Amino acid sequence: MKKLLTHLDWLESEAIHIMREVAGQCSNPVLLFSGGKDSLCLLRIAEKAFRPGRFPFPLMHIDTGHNYSEVINFRDKKVRDLNERLIVASLEDSMKKGTIVLKSNDEPRNKYQSITLLEAIEEYGFDCCIGGARRDEEKARAKERIMSFRDEFGQWDPKNQRPELWDLYNAKVHKGENIRAFPISNWTEMDVWQYIERENLELPSIYFAHKRDIVRRNESIVPITEVTPIKAGEKIENIMVRFRTVGDITCTAPVESEADDVNKIILETASTVITERGATRLDDQTSDAAMEERKKEGYF
Amino acid sequence: MTEQKNNNVLRFMTCGSVDDGKSTLIGRLLFDSKMILTDTLNQIEKTSKKRGMNAIDLSLITDGLQAEREQGITIDVAYRYFTTGTRKYIIADAPGHEQYTRNMVTAASTAQLAIILVDARKGLLTQTRRHTYLSKLVGIKHILVAINKMDLIDHDESSYHQICKDYLQFANDIDLVSPGVNIEFIPMSALNGDMIVERGDSLTWFKGPTLFEFLEKLDTSEDIKESTLRFPVQFVCRPHASDNKELHDFRAFMGRIESGLLKVNDKIKVLPSGHESKVIEIRVGDQLINEAIPEQSVTVSLSNEIDISRGDMLVHQNDSINAVKDFSAMVCWLAEAPLSLSRTYLVMHTTRVSKVKITQIHHKVNIQNLEMENAETLKTNDIAQLSFKLAQPLIVDNYEDNRSTGAFIIVDESTYHTVGAGMIQSIA
Repeated sequence: MKKLLTHLDWLESEAIHIMREVAGQCSNPVLLFSGGKDSLCLLRIAEKAFRPGRFPFPLMHIDTGHNYSEVINFRDKKVRDLNERLIVASLEDSMKKGTIVLKSNDEPRNKYQSITLLEAIEEYGFDCCIGGARRDEEKARAKERIMSFRDEFGQWDPKNQRPELWDLYNAKVHKGENIRAFPISNWTEMDVWQYIERENLELPSIYFAHKRDIVRRNESIVPITEVTPIKAGEKIENIMVRFRTVGDITCTAPVESEADDVNKIILETASTVITERGATRLDDQTSDAAMEERKKEGYF
Repeated sequence: MTEQKNNNVLRFMTCGSVDDGKSTLIGRLLFDSKMILTDTLNQIEKTSKKRGMNAIDLSLITDGLQAEREQGITIDVAYRYFTTGTRKYIIADAPGHEQYTRNMVTAASTAQLAIILVDARKGLLTQTRRHTYLSKLVGIKHILVAINKMDLIDHDESSYHQICKDYLQFANDIDLVSPGVNIEFIPMSALNGDMIVERGDSLTWFKGPTLFEFLEKLDTSEDIKESTLRFPVQFVCRPHASDNKELHDFRAFMGRIESGLLKVNDKIKVLPSGHESKVIEIRVGDQLINEAIPEQSVTVSLSNEIDISRGDMLVHQNDSINAVKDFSAMVCWLAEAPLSLSRTYLVMHTTRVSKVKITQIHHKVNIQNLEMENAETLKTNDIAQLSFKLAQPLIVDNYEDNRSTGAFIIVDESTYHTVGAGMIQSIA
């Protein structure tokens, strides 16, 4: 008899296997949940991995304070529906403590997330953070392990990663060190959308095409919000857009789109000409090695 | 209607050195299959110009880390993805430089196919033999020899045939030629794109498939032998939900089928305890299924309450497999620190961990000429046959019979680094 799993079943099964390895090997893991599409896939995988039991870890959101309210409302509803525990670690708290010092108030906050994350890891004693990063997102991630080792300062040293063979994951750490586990490492953006469609996953509304006030700035579309005001000489347009990633408002740009349901997004993704981070993450464009630098500093 | 017709996943590795044009080949494959998106290309074009190159350097697509870009060599395994109408592909791009044997073994461990690059001008080199040997060692069943740079030998057919002949001779010498192993050859020019996705018009004498056609048609499915069920338990589910009485006594065993079939009503036993039971339910999430196939992650309920924990293995009752505490294995040493015969290490095998002592180094393989040598210790990238003595029994198969239950990693007890990769050869 010959039988093979379809590609979505295979990816799902691999992700379940990785999550169960985290649960089996680590004593105090946490799942990072932003309300974004990748972390919503992680939650469905956690349900398939652990129901009818509770998740063997809490969920945690690293909150920059610059969020679309739709995403935060969605996050809270999702946690209630799942009946799981959510920890919110807030950048504003780190700013109050003085561990994050902004150069200016409207500075993008993404790069400071690692400080709040490391503080939360220390406060709760987490030995593993499960995240929704994918290897196809960016060059520096293509060499990332599924279980990635971070030292006591949360730093990622590309030269000091453990070889990862077969499906044998080594999540052993000493106190203070931790593992970042990426169950959907091998998924592409297309796989994520196909999985969302197959599993009928609900998403925050800003993923779907809607009318929004924007300006065009340096070849990007910038949504006009309280924290991203219009600059002199710019003209506001009201156009149909959707977000391909959700995150800190100041560094997440939408794309022009008429795709208002998952099927249309899949069709659009299949014919798209721009990779996800390239178009929509304003903070990765600085240099070819920008992501690698931030990862070394403990960014996810 | 939007579902792509992806039937399955094919994982392959590419081996070759910088000079063989390996990164160019992968870049070409992604480029020609229209999977490289334009902004990635824009960035590469910019970087190519900065380095003073005229044409787009396709190898820049796969070189990820800053250190590599500076040195112009690939130092770590990179994973790349593309999807066609029939398949999802995962490429493990393994560095070919000889210091990095461990990266090749890493990439090979999850690959079903190895693409071995040969420079048509140079023919078989020491490194071609090394790549082939390592692919065999790690149990890859499909080998494609990509004879690249045909443009530099005027697309000469007889040179191509000579390289094929030399390769088969070598494959025969190392016992790679066997009914279970599929070896194929394609002449190509990755730089010009001949025989990658398009045929081009320079190699018209070659009637075989292009690389792309070969990948699309390759059948990697294996016969599932029902009787060889291996189900290592990863996690035990005990909800104890006080608000749901039905769940109060619920217990289920979570894991992935590594080989064989698991069906409802199957009579199973738990190893190493030997306790027997019957399967009453198999689930994927909240969906009940009748049988689970290899690589499927499931949740299993049994008919009676027996003590089972992470690390135990479910097999069929009539299976004669036993837990063992001694075996010998081929090991690739991965760590900077040399192997110490006086220390204890940890072995991670399926979901089980045991302390271990290495009792003997039988021989080391000289990776240059593939001859056996005596050795007192092992250093990074060494490959050797070792004997192991375990503190806890493990449920193992020979690696050539079962890649999942024949493989293990060795972990340093004090640093927790992964220091070795092992493939079980004989069970004492």
